[in-house]
Amino acid sequence: MTVIDAPRAQVPDELSPQRGRWHRVRPFLPLVALVVLAILPYSTISLPGIFEGPVNSPGTLQLLAICLIFGGLAAGYDLLFGRTGMLSFGHALYFAAGVYGTDILVTRAGLPLWQAALLTITGGTILAALLGAVALRTVGIAFAMVTLAFAQVGAILVARDFGGLTGGEEGLPLDVSGLPAGLVGVTNTVNLYWLALAYLTLVVFVVHRVSGSPTGRVLAGLRDDERRIGVLGLDPYRYKLVAFTLAGGLASAGGVVYVLIVGGASPHITSSELTLSLLVMVVLGGPGTRWGPVLGGVLYMYLDHRLTAFGTSDAVDNLPAFLSRPLSQPLFVLGTVFILAVYFFPGGLTSLAPRLSHLTRALRPRSPR
Amino acid sequence: MGTVILLALTGLGLAALYFLVASGLSLVFGLADVLNFAHGLFLGVGAYGTWWAAGNLPGAGPDGLGFVFAVAFGVAAGTLVAILVELVLIRPLYSRTIEQVLVTVGLSLAGVALLQATWGADARPFPRPDWTRQVTGILGAQVPNGGLLLIIAAVLVLGAILAFLRWTRYGLVIRAGVENREMVTALGIDVRKAFTLVFAIGGAAAALAGALGGVYFGTVSPGQGGSLLIFAFIVVVIGGMGSVVGSAYAAVVVGLVQQFVNYYGTSGLGDICVVGLLAVVLLLRPQGIAGKVATA
Repeated sequence: MTVIDAPRAQVPDELSPQRGRWHRVRPFLPLVALVVLAILPYSTISLPGIFEGPVNSPGTLQLLAICLIFGGLAAGYDLLFGRTGMLSFGHALYFAAGVYGTDILVTRAGLPLWQAALLTITGGTILAALLGAVALRTVGIAFAMVTLAFAQVGAILVARDFGGLTGGEEGLPLDVSGLPAGLVGVTNTVNLYWLALAYLTLVVFVVHRVSGSPTGRVLAGLRDDERRIGVLGLDPYRYKLVAFTLAGGLASAGGVVYVLIVGGASPHITSSELTLSLLVMVVLGGPGTRWGPVLGGVLYMYLDHRLTAFGTSDAVDNLPAFLSRPLSQPLFVLGTVFILAVYFFPGGLTSLAPRLSHLTRALRPRSPR
Repeated sequence: MGTVILLALTGLGLAALYFLVASGLSLVFGLADVLNFAHGLFLGVGAYGTWWAAGNLPGAGPDGLGFVFAVAFGVAAGTLVAILVELVLIRPLYSRTIEQVLVTVGLSLAGVALLQATWGADARPFPRPDWTRQVTGILGAQVPNGGLLLIIAAVLVLGAILAFLRWTRYGLVIRAGVENREMVTALGIDVRKAFTLVFAIGGAAAALAGALGGVYFGTVSPGQGGSLLIFAFIVVVIGGMGSVVGSAYAAVVVGLVQQFVNYYGTSGLGDICVVGLLAVVLLLRPQGIAGKVATA
């Protein structure tokens, strides 16, 4: 398939936006952000109100690492929802496959971590391919329900503890004796943080490469009008299956890192609520955008953790009961914010910047020509 | 023999519960294209409404006419919440389906959290009339009365919905709207009123499921609606979306399969068989057993 670049349209000078130095720096911003995030554990600044301890304390680093993991998960989920237009409600299954797969292979089978991780990611990808092949026979809302039902099987398998593998409701703590020494213990949280950062970088890189490739253009075409892709002689089913499998593989890789950070698996990660949370993250951030899902995922997990602390704080306890009780439920606050976001910020967080720039331009006094 | 009859009747009780949840879900989906994730919330409101009324409302109680009154209060509360949700949240996003689904997702998270904030996360004992705790002997099987009550209620609701759809003017509009919404709108009929009506019917049926489900299980908890909702989704897909009769057939099949396999196999296997059934139905007949031929 050859692609001929169309000649650039001529835009009159007065219509093109002012290009300042900012525009030249902008492509390097992600790199700058990556470097800042990578050296963050060396700083000892404490940010009262934002984090409990100084930035390099293990507690803060663990929270940051979880936020980064979910940023990556949301970016992977956006490959389905924002970029291909597939509303999957079963994405938690592949993440849970990563978490429980690694945990079971390390703890119950005693495999070394790298073998367990490799087997788990391969298994998670194959699982996504198989289930996707069945689920993609349906479209739209039926697809959402079918993926939800498959994920529910995962939740049942974990909760009923078949063969005593998963530990049922109790969850399964990770046996750390066979792990590399650098990944064990509170003092090594920083290594796990870097691992999480590496995962996020990998997902963002893969998603961007895919969406920039010819395949990505087909996926965007599927999102906009599936029949058009069919008319072009391309098989929509095959492309959707590729996206579904890839997203599933990325999610199971996220599970591998997550189980190391949290130190075990618990059944709540298999619940459909986790997929719904992923959807909320993507929509809050801005579906189909470059950084929206990552921001949404990081912010959601941060709020989810901090709102629990906020809900039990004195400031909330002193409020009247009809206010303090709902506020002590992070999901109530997040759900409400989400509903408001659907109404008032349909493009998510990333749509705020252009909106604000319109506002500042309107407020700024007109410069004489 | 007794065991088989007992399993069949308890399975039908479960099927009745699924049908009560799935019928509204299926109608809302068929007419408005909205996959209503907040449907479990209506169920929760119905259950907690009945529970609250039985304890606090004068004249209502766990027995006799007082219990009927309590259930009526719960159903009214669920219906009211459903109507409010449609008017305030769903209607402003008219024909923007994905956004409508997203709003119900947010509502299901926030609503369940609100129930939990108000009455706590733990299951509460449900006030139930004494006669529902007893059993009735049918062909040598001792069947709990709570399950029989559910079956009777579901049959009555099925009959009422079918009669409404078949013989009333609004039923005609809803049936036509499920078939082809654009055409009905083009004929100058206000489909939005039908939306509100369908949400009210669905909310009432789900709230009734919540109240009677409380009797069946003996407890009420905030997460109850969510766990039933997933099986109701499966029932809707197997039955064919938009078809009430299809939902009824599918609910019976799902309830019986779940009950029998869970008893004769290991616990939990039945739930997995139900999902397997879903996969088989989709492979053979993607539009469901009573659905129209699927269009894009």
